[in-house]
Amino acid sequence: MRSLLALTKKELTEQLRTGKLAILGAVFVLFGIMNPAIAKLTPLLMEILSDTLSGSGIIVTEVTVTALDSWMQFFKNIPMGLILFVLLEGGIFTKEYQSGTLTLSLSKGLERYKVVVAKSATLVLLWSLGYWLCFGITYTYNAYFWDNTIAKNLIFSILSWWIFGLWVISLSVLFSVLSKQSSGVLLGTGGIVFGTYLPGILPKINEYLPTRLTDGNSLIYGLADTESYVSAWIITIATGLSCLAVSIPLFNKKSL
Amino acid sequence: MDMLTVCGLRKRFGDKEVLRGLDMRVPEHSVFGFIGKNGAGKTTTMKAVLGLLQADAGEITVNGEPVVYGHTPTNRFVGYLPDVPEFYPFMTAPEYLRFCGEITEMPRSEIQARVKELLELVGLSEETHRIKGFSRGMKQRLGIAQALLNRPKLLICDEPTSALDPVGRKEILDILLAARKQTTVLFSTHILSDVERICTDVAFLRDGVMCIQGKLSEIKTRYRREEYLFETETSASADALLTAFPQMQSDGDRRLILCAQEHTLFDVLRFVAEQHIPLLRMERAEPTLESLFIEEAKS
Repeated sequence: MRSLLALTKKELTEQLRTGKLAILGAVFVLFGIMNPAIAKLTPLLMEILSDTLSGSGIIVTEVTVTALDSWMQFFKNIPMGLILFVLLEGGIFTKEYQSGTLTLSLSKGLERYKVVVAKSATLVLLWSLGYWLCFGITYTYNAYFWDNTIAKNLIFSILSWWIFGLWVISLSVLFSVLSKQSSGVLLGTGGIVFGTYLPGILPKINEYLPTRLTDGNSLIYGLADTESYVSAWIITIATGLSCLAVSIPLFNKKSL
Repeated sequence: MDMLTVCGLRKRFGDKEVLRGLDMRVPEHSVFGFIGKNGAGKTTTMKAVLGLLQADAGEITVNGEPVVYGHTPTNRFVGYLPDVPEFYPFMTAPEYLRFCGEITEMPRSEIQARVKELLELVGLSEETHRIKGFSRGMKQRLGIAQALLNRPKLLICDEPTSALDPVGRKEILDILLAARKQTTVLFSTHILSDVERICTDVAFLRDGVMCIQGKLSEIKTRYRREEYLFETETSASADALLTAFPQMQSDGDRRLILCAQEHTLFDVLRFVAEQHIPLLRMERAEPTLESLFIEEAKS
């Protein structure tokens, strides 16, 4: 247990000292502020643009902004946050393969599964911290400017997107074990996520896909009920855990 | 007792068979020089011993326990120094050693004491900078410190002196000599003078198998030839000797080499005494590891 904690501590120290933690913090804080800010500024922008728009036949009447607009911005911006997260952390394993730093730790008899567990735990912790920080900032501004209760199933929709983020992380762990380079991790993870989006165009299939969890707007507007997300939740959690579980025996057999 | 045994080790990379049934025994408390050309398979052998590489065939034991690829409890007996040790650049040397102690679950009090002791041994106790600013020699010294941290029974060093300047090399060899009291050292290299300086046992790796293996002193005796070198004061004396003993070979202006049994040597000495030939030097040629290595590489 001590070795696992020491490994996790090393990962977190690395995040702190290499500046990655600061970058992630800045990105998620920025998105957290941007969501309500864009919503708040929409009427002003519309007013400024009204003359141009009227020229093209669009007449701008009074624009009413609610917390829903801010949450809509949240679901629009958070994919960018996740992409940046994967780009920034995609080398958490592969960098060590290339530098040979893991070889020394493993040559001391460190059990390999602990490396996978410590790195996965670090990714989960960082994603959760960033995500909930972003949520907390948006929620607080929304509560100040408008009324959050207007959004239906808010916590469920937010939890769904968080779980989707964890699923993407589990994919990146699996591809980190399979690939030797971070490009392999990014291509593999991106390929699977994109490959899951495509069949999602068909509504019947969409209900079972992890990408369903990213549709927070339908939930907060009340266009979809929480039950229609249950299958996707179960499949996402099951496949995510399977990816992590498979990564351990694969890493045990990896040539370093 | 043998600290490390390797039996019939085979490894192929694509169509190149690097190891072809390698056998090796490293006796306890020896400093074992593992010699071979670049690309001969020294690092491959060491990685297989550490369970970092899957061999195609063969058995390896460390301290009597079999090495299993991917799951390597035998590594608790081993300290490893790779040819180019890489550390986490964002850590300082004491932080890195403490990290190594923690991942191997050493008792906290022992970590403190051992880190202090080893940093002093390798001359890094005053160093407060992060590892990213370390020179190659400093990294090599930190590498030895981390390898010795857990008081290993077997210290494996992969070409520890290859890329260092003469001062750095001497420092590393001195540390390895000091470590010999506590552990068995397996040390791969192609710098033969290093081997002659510190090794008790040697093995030559060629074409994926061991071609010579044993105690350094025994190997030198085994390969010692009846070869004598004479150096005369004048070239006329050398010519006189050469005329009297045509089996001698000229090795320069005033140098002659005699490859023959001892009684011929006595004949030569008698001739030298009778003819009052002034000699500058007369010695029995000792085989150097270099001559053995070159000979083995040629054969």
